[in-house]
Amino acid sequence: MAGVQELVSEGTYKYGWSDKDFKPINVTKKGLSRAVVEEISAMKGEPQWMRDFRLKAYHHWEERPMPSGFWGGNIQNYDLDFNDIFYYVKPVKEQGRTWDEVPAEIKRTFEKLGIPQAERKFLSGVEAQYDSEVVYHKVREDLSKLGVIFTDTDSAVRDHPDLVRQYFGTIIPPNDNKFASLNSSVWSGGSFIYVPPGVKVPMPLQAYFRINTENMGQFERTLIIADEGSDVHYVEGCTAPTYSSDSLHSAVVEIVVKRGAHVRYTTIQNWSDNVFNLVTKRMAVYGEAVGEWIDGNLGSKLTMKYPSTFLMEPGAHGEILSLAMAGPGQHQDAGGKCIHAAPHTTSVINSKSISRGGGRTSYRGQLKVYPGAKGVKSTVRCDALILDEESRSDTYPLMEIDEQDVTIGHEASVSKLGDEQLFYLMSRGVSEADAAKMIVNGFVEPIVKELPMEYAVELNRLIELQMEGAVG
Amino acid sequence: MENGSKETVFVVENLHASVEGKEILKGVDLTVRRGEVHALMGPNGSGKSTLANTIMGHPKYQVTQGRILYKGEDVTHLSPDKRARMGIFLAFQYPIGVPGVVMGNFLRASLKARRQEDVPVREFRKLLDETLDLLKMDHEFVRRYVNEGFSGGEKKRAEVLQMALLRPELAVLDETDSGLDIDALKTVAEGINAIRGPELGVLLITHYQRILNYVKPDVVHVLYQGRIIKTGGPELSLELERQGYDSIIKEFAPAAAGAMGEGA
Repeated sequence: MAGVQELVSEGTYKYGWSDKDFKPINVTKKGLSRAVVEEISAMKGEPQWMRDFRLKAYHHWEERPMPSGFWGGNIQNYDLDFNDIFYYVKPVKEQGRTWDEVPAEIKRTFEKLGIPQAERKFLSGVEAQYDSEVVYHKVREDLSKLGVIFTDTDSAVRDHPDLVRQYFGTIIPPNDNKFASLNSSVWSGGSFIYVPPGVKVPMPLQAYFRINTENMGQFERTLIIADEGSDVHYVEGCTAPTYSSDSLHSAVVEIVVKRGAHVRYTTIQNWSDNVFNLVTKRMAVYGEAVGEWIDGNLGSKLTMKYPSTFLMEPGAHGEILSLAMAGPGQHQDAGGKCIHAAPHTTSVINSKSISRGGGRTSYRGQLKVYPGAKGVKSTVRCDALILDEESRSDTYPLMEIDEQDVTIGHEASVSKLGDEQLFYLMSRGVSEADAAKMIVNGFVEPIVKELPMEYAVELNRLIELQMEGAVG
Repeated sequence: MENGSKETVFVVENLHASVEGKEILKGVDLTVRRGEVHALMGPNGSGKSTLANTIMGHPKYQVTQGRILYKGEDVTHLSPDKRARMGIFLAFQYPIGVPGVVMGNFLRASLKARRQEDVPVREFRKLLDETLDLLKMDHEFVRRYVNEGFSGGEKKRAEVLQMALLRPELAVLDETDSGLDIDALKTVAEGINAIRGPELGVLLITHYQRILNYVKPDVVHVLYQGRIIKTGGPELSLELERQGYDSIIKEFAPAAAGAMGEGA
């Protein structure tokens, strides 16, 4: 049965172990069908509306063809078999309120990943998802008292049905794209956040997503509502064991940033390189509000992810910082979309990618300005660094500007790890490997400096880990 | 001169070096003792920068014959970082920018590498502040990215700053005076003079006599077509200033022709 598979070689991936002792409570049979969707809904004891939502989405999934390279990395070039996936793996009977209530082997995993430690040190709240369900979540009591809701989405459907129903599937409809349909039909877990008007959450809320079971599909569903004038920073991290066969991660993240609010969503994606990471993320930003994506993609086999910002009312500002690193056998197809649907909205997309050891990075972006959206300002900048001859980088910027009165800037650069830079640093006594790390860390510095210190340190460490053996 | 009593720190023996298969250095011989400043002059394209880069171990330059000895050890085929840790320093003619790498962090990493031990932050700060003052440099300078957006003068000063921190025993200065106005030149020269001492050997590569008014050389060499064709005292640079390279080259050419005739 699932969860007791043998590990393959870990390489430099630090998180590639699996819990061999782990026995799930409940698992649907492999593959996807209407019956599996119904079974998931039944196991969760959901209301009828959610069951209908899932079944409608499943219908879209069946109808819609696989994306064929018009947008995104070409999934058809891979032998990902959607019938060889477990769509629901229930890890525990009940969620823990404290870490002590979490089963020992699962708790051990999160301790190895440093989650409880981080919670104590610098977080406002933590949620931990293991395979299909959230096994632990907690938010600081003072924030609960202010009306901040931070829970898993399944609990939110039960405990805050009106709020969920009002927004769920409105930012990313179930027929938005093939993988949004998939997620909408089999979703499980993910975070639900509501921040009341004017409330500023002082420290980040963090969710950690861990896949343990081989051939598992993780389909978390996150919904964040920042009410007027509120402020929240959400951070997600993800890892998985290294298996010889593939796993699938296909999340949907919907965010509503109301007038004058500020939401920052930070991702440090570090899946093992057998994970397909096909994620749809979108936020709607209203008047004078600010929505930011900081999207770091280091792991996975194929990532297709383009966090989107819809600027809905004047004064809305969107920012996307995207960082991708692709090593052997990896393709990071990442970027961002800014959709200017209102006048006097502004956006910045800043993308940095590094490819090495035969890896491939693609920047894929969309900038759209609707007719009548006067006074829009947008800057897109993408820089790629290629570390060796075998590696590859491409840029696919799509611009649809249907208004004259706009200011748009676009810059792109591709550079190779320069012999002259290496020689310069080495001429001061720094070893070749350290010099290469310095250059790469310098290259990503504009993005890393936007992260809270703890994550910046972690990201630099992950990059260095990836760089081991890359040079010299 | 009482050079004989000083310890030899650096010897280049019959050095031949090529770039992309083209031979640029055709048998250079050079000996530098501790405490000496050698000026290496020569017209454009004579091989001055090739010699500097070859001494530092740039991978683009292949040594095809001869060797480089530093403190008695053959370093001809060592990597640049090893040479640097042993105490060889090159001040670049065109220091390259490294975006995102903060000068201060880079300096500390370099110093750690040079000393091959950790450098406590407090000690480093103190040393850095003193050196910045010595070179009349703004302390904010070390917060900037390595050579990024530096003016010509700032780049050259940054090179001298690195030299002062790393305390090399052989410093090769590749046209550190070029592109500087007279005030910047004086500051850079003062910096070099402040670091000068009985332990340090200097090879000062320059196009012009100008810097030698401020940094007095002990020995002057003229490099031409990949060979040192004349060596003399400080008066040689003044002679070059007055007469240009032509007369020395003429002096050298028949001798070379004669040597070739003898060999044939």
